[in-house]
Amino acid sequence: MSVAPAEDRAATREDAADTPPGRSFWKRNENLILGLASVIAFLAFWEFAVRAGWVNPLFTSSPSRILATGYEMFADGSIYPDLWVSTQEFVFGYGLAVIIGVPLGILMGWYTRLNALLDPFVNALYATPRIALMPLVIIWFGIDMSAKVAIIFLATVFPIIISTMTGVRTMERDYVRVARSFGASDRQLFATVALPSSIPHILTGLRLGLGHALIGIVVGEMYGASAGIGYMMQTAGATFQTDKVMVGIIIIAGAGMALTQVLKMIEARFDIWRPDHHA
Amino acid sequence: MDATRQPKLEAKSVKLAFYNERMKRRLQVLDGIDLKVFEGELVAIVGPSGCGKSTFLNAVDGLSKINGGEIRVDGKLVTAPGPDRAMVFQQDSLFPWYTVTRNVTYGLELQNRLSKDEILDRADALIDLVGLEGFAEHYPHELSGGMRQRVNIARALAPDPQLLLLDEPFAALDAQTREFMQVELMKILSRARKTALFITHQIDEAIFLADRVAVFSARPARVREIVTVDLPAQRTLDVKLQPRFRELFSHVWRLIQEESRTGLALNNGGAA
Repeated sequence: MSVAPAEDRAATREDAADTPPGRSFWKRNENLILGLASVIAFLAFWEFAVRAGWVNPLFTSSPSRILATGYEMFADGSIYPDLWVSTQEFVFGYGLAVIIGVPLGILMGWYTRLNALLDPFVNALYATPRIALMPLVIIWFGIDMSAKVAIIFLATVFPIIISTMTGVRTMERDYVRVARSFGASDRQLFATVALPSSIPHILTGLRLGLGHALIGIVVGEMYGASAGIGYMMQTAGATFQTDKVMVGIIIIAGAGMALTQVLKMIEARFDIWRPDHHA
Repeated sequence: MDATRQPKLEAKSVKLAFYNERMKRRLQVLDGIDLKVFEGELVAIVGPSGCGKSTFLNAVDGLSKINGGEIRVDGKLVTAPGPDRAMVFQQDSLFPWYTVTRNVTYGLELQNRLSKDEILDRADALIDLVGLEGFAEHYPHELSGGMRQRVNIARALAPDPQLLLLDEPFAALDAQTREFMQVELMKILSRARKTALFITHQIDEAIFLADRVAVFSARPARVREIVTVDLPAQRTLDVKLQPRFRELFSHVWRLIQEESRTGLALNNGGAA
């Protein structure tokens, strides 16, 4: 008898996906078009309100002023030192949090004793607004870059630890049994079951951590710094340079969105085995 | 059956008890299981639900520790999982993060005994054997239930085990796919020349596939009776219509019914 398994289900899935014929360009991109339209309408109204004299640009700035100021800051290079300082703080603080948080979360998920030992600290610090630690950090590290790296690290590391730990702890017992049945050692069980099944959780942790890291940059630099985007915004704000403050906000928001997008792409790359993924 | 040969699997008065956390008492699951499986034989275990069939299979695989008696495979005492045994688990035990190929090569990669190329060649051959040519790079969620169980079988066959253990491998499949897979399993096993012990709750599946059917008693389980299936070795689904098949079926069915009633009586403190 020839083999004719029911593979149809798998095959039709790909054919039927996306773009059913007959749907117009408008229907397919409705959300994108609506989103874009509302943003453009908002910017236009803002600009118009300033030009018509309804609001004082000293308080509200305007899209054209922000654009001009932003262009100027990049053109004369005055923004680069601040951008560079903040980037370094982010890279070191966030990087350190990933390098320490992911392995620690894995270990805490894997070894219940270690979890019992560290859990009180992790939970207490996770519940504390990390910004409350800023005065302590300044006592310890002063106001140079290391203080900001420390606060970004503290802001970021706990969500990463907790998500990673959850991922390892919630791995399916059935898969553990299969691995054991095939004679997997602890190390092999870790590499072939614990790690792959916790990657979605780890990436969620990285995404949560990202938001905290950006808060850490801005608040850390506002609290005590001599350079950086947050510092630039702080001094600009103190001297009513609303346009510059707005440029800072846009840079931080843009960085947040871009980095989130990068993480989403990494997530999609790791998620191809999931039944409900939409790469 | 030649009684003087050394059996592939020999279980001698195997006992196993759990401590039940919820009920705060020891639960005797296996109460002296005696069972032999000879080379090339296919033995099915049936019994009332919850009687300890799966527990016994796990013990043979080395996943559960026994409290008494002994289990030997090729004369060697079983204490932990080993490459001489492999388990076909129930559906959805495939690693969803690996492709069909990597699921099949899983056991071999852990053993680290063959080269990468040899492992891949072997996986290709097995994927062909179970009839999944062209699906090597698919992920489990892209396959139907029947196809996933083919991968499951291939994964267990890959390390070339002496004894194949199947834990209700077709329980999650619909009736038609299940019958189809029964025929397929029979062909795969005869081509791969494997000795196999499998659990099912379908009496007709047990009789159709097995050379002998071991009927377990209610918990605590013993072997109530071993029924030799005296049907031709090369079977097609038509065999299920033969009078002899019906006779064997009713016999096994009656045994299980009796045991289920005893089990109920026992677990209700004799009230039933």
